[in-house]
Amino acid sequence: MSLARRVLLGATAPVLAFAVAALVTTVVIVGAGASPGEFWQVLLSAPEARYYVSIVNSAAVLYLSGLAAAIGFRMNLFNIGVEGQYRVATFAGAVFAGWAVLPGPLNTVAAILVAMAAGAAWAGIAALLRVTRGVSEVISTIMLNAIALSLVAYLLQKVGSREGQTYVTDAIPRSAWVPSIPLIPGEISQVYGLALLALVAGVGFSVLLRRSRFGFDLRATGESESAAVASGVDVKRMVVWAMLLSGALAGLIGMPELFGASHAYGSTIQTGIGFTGIAVALLGRNNAWGIAFAAMVFAYLNQQASPLSIEADISTEIIAVTQGVVVLSVVIVYEVVRRYRVRLEQTEVARALRQQRKEQGVAA
Amino acid sequence: MSVVSGPGQVTAAASDDRSVSRGGRLWLYALAILVALSIVRVLSGADDLTSAGTMRAAIIAAIPIALAGLGGLWSERAGVVNIGLEGMMILGTLGAGYYTYYQGVWVGLAGAMLFGAIGGALHALATVVFAVDQIVSGVAINIIAAGGAGFLAEVFFGELEGGGPTQSPSLDRPPTITVPGISDWSGDLAERGWFLVSDLAGVVNALTETMSSFTILGLVAIVGTGWLLWYTPFGLRLRSCGESPSSAETLGVNVYRYKFLAVTMSGVFAGFAGCFLALVASSGYANGQTGGRGYIGLAAMIFGNWRPGGLLTGSLLFGFTEGARLRQGGESVHALLLLTGVALVLLAGWQLYRGHRAAALLAALVGAGSLWWYLATETIPDPFTEMTPYVTTLLVLALFAQRLRMPAADGQPYRRGQAG
Repeated sequence: MSLARRVLLGATAPVLAFAVAALVTTVVIVGAGASPGEFWQVLLSAPEARYYVSIVNSAAVLYLSGLAAAIGFRMNLFNIGVEGQYRVATFAGAVFAGWAVLPGPLNTVAAILVAMAAGAAWAGIAALLRVTRGVSEVISTIMLNAIALSLVAYLLQKVGSREGQTYVTDAIPRSAWVPSIPLIPGEISQVYGLALLALVAGVGFSVLLRRSRFGFDLRATGESESAAVASGVDVKRMVVWAMLLSGALAGLIGMPELFGASHAYGSTIQTGIGFTGIAVALLGRNNAWGIAFAAMVFAYLNQQASPLSIEADISTEIIAVTQGVVVLSVVIVYEVVRRYRVRLEQTEVARALRQQRKEQGVAA
Repeated sequence: MSVVSGPGQVTAAASDDRSVSRGGRLWLYALAILVALSIVRVLSGADDLTSAGTMRAAIIAAIPIALAGLGGLWSERAGVVNIGLEGMMILGTLGAGYYTYYQGVWVGLAGAMLFGAIGGALHALATVVFAVDQIVSGVAINIIAAGGAGFLAEVFFGELEGGGPTQSPSLDRPPTITVPGISDWSGDLAERGWFLVSDLAGVVNALTETMSSFTILGLVAIVGTGWLLWYTPFGLRLRSCGESPSSAETLGVNVYRYKFLAVTMSGVFAGFAGCFLALVASSGYANGQTGGRGYIGLAAMIFGNWRPGGLLTGSLLFGFTEGARLRQGGESVHALLLLTGVALVLLAGWQLYRGHRAAALLAALVGAGSLWWYLATETIPDPFTEMTPYVTTLLVLALFAQRLRMPAADGQPYRRGQAG
């Protein structure tokens, strides 16, 4: 296959997927009797400068969430429980940092480690149930999400203090805050300092998957479990480690906001990031660059959607439809393109063989 | 070839010998559970544990779970894992809300099934026609359905009197059925507090007084599915697609068509489940009404070993924990701790005797924990009662998942001509 053709095929899939998503969204909006023109105008207008900051912040958080989901997906391990792990971990990190047992930045580092450990432990329950009792991680992580919600709500009432209608944990001492980065000079809103965690995690994810024995085993298990077992991979051990890593990454999701803005865990914590992360990972085809792109697209869509109800009288929920359809059409289009490519290769091989036989026939 | 075409042999092949006694055993189990509950009620003094009210709440909680599980059964028996049940259920609640408001309960039910079927057909398109990963497709459908329902709810109900952007106005209820005589008599008996008699009367009362017609329909759907899938040629062909699609193909079964139909039907039942939630379990549509029941339904089906009777049992178990929690939550769930504790300790002994040390240890630990919790406290705080259905699901799967057998080709993408 020629290079040009290969590049063209590679680009077709995402473009087609977004086209399908745009089409479906438009159809839904027209069906609901709203104006698609206003919708696209709001969605595609260039965001104001200060909104770039929130897009970057939100993309960093979604990126971490996407990576957490992707590490399991790479070995066909479906950790749907990123949301629960993120809740438990952020709560644990916030409580620990609020105690202020360690001074200054040490406190920050320790709290991040505590959060990672808590996320890993919560995911570990699902891993243990899977390897010792054969419980599908899909069901168990979903159940653990619901349990995490109630558990954290209970613990928050026990540990936190009342603030109006809600509860919050003790505020993190100022010395442990992480300063923000002024992305655009003169703007008040700034990028969370710990948004850089996303970069670190992204590099770590790539290196681990591509350059380490562990990553190789992980990918091999995902591609073909029987082949991996035959080459000596201990699949149970891999399940446990992949799940723990996934949970630890999920523990990072809440950190940028915790140390950059809220400085405490309260009932107002952002919900749904864990679920969106699954979609981000799927859209990004589970690789570091793809997930980065997907996180930015989702962050952009979320940001642009917020003025929808005011300016175009369309509920912002429509964006979830767009995002869901993008994910579904991406996987479908990739599958179709893959089949087309296989067929193309087969015809080429067949033609080459025919050619060869003809030449041999001539020679004989 | 005759395995597929001869109806006589179908029944012989499909029903194994134990199925007759299985029905009997089910009743025995049910009685044993009721006896256990009765003992716990008397010992702990949690009188509401088996009251007619709790039983009624339990049935109302169990039916949507069972219907979602039934949807899962259709799909997975044809070899397609359906995580998207939750989303299809959400679509069902929306369809029920919209059509019931304008055209009454029965059109509402049809509308809910139609909406669910759309979700099912989408899942079928992705997994059967395009053969993409079934879990990925299910997750995407859940996202689309939740967003779509939220969006459309605002369009449908935002301007209506009594409605709002996140909920419908309160809607008509499906007709209820009361059996005169038995209902009064069992109601009286249920309140006496007699050992076993009153508990049994509670169950009878829940089944004879103001029982929703949708409950009966749901039960009919479960029994009907059992008959259709296990006692007809159609059912055998459908199940053969879930066990060995390439063999089914060689026998002339159109695997794509059967799978597509099964997954769409799966959506129909999930839609029914959503309808039940919107019209019977509450008085109208509300955003986020399903609360993960689609997943619990899936777990109930797994617990039920991919069989209709089993999934109903599982749903009743989950429904009961939820019913008990909704009524006198703290007290009833507290009493259940005693039951769980004793049951798990006994199970631990049995597992140890059988030589399963890991399972025995797990059961013993959790059992001792529940007993300690029961003895150390008087009641259970609300957040913990909220967890009950989910913890039960996990515990039940942890203890029984290894004895289960799913359809052999469940979850595997199928392409025509794979058999080679």
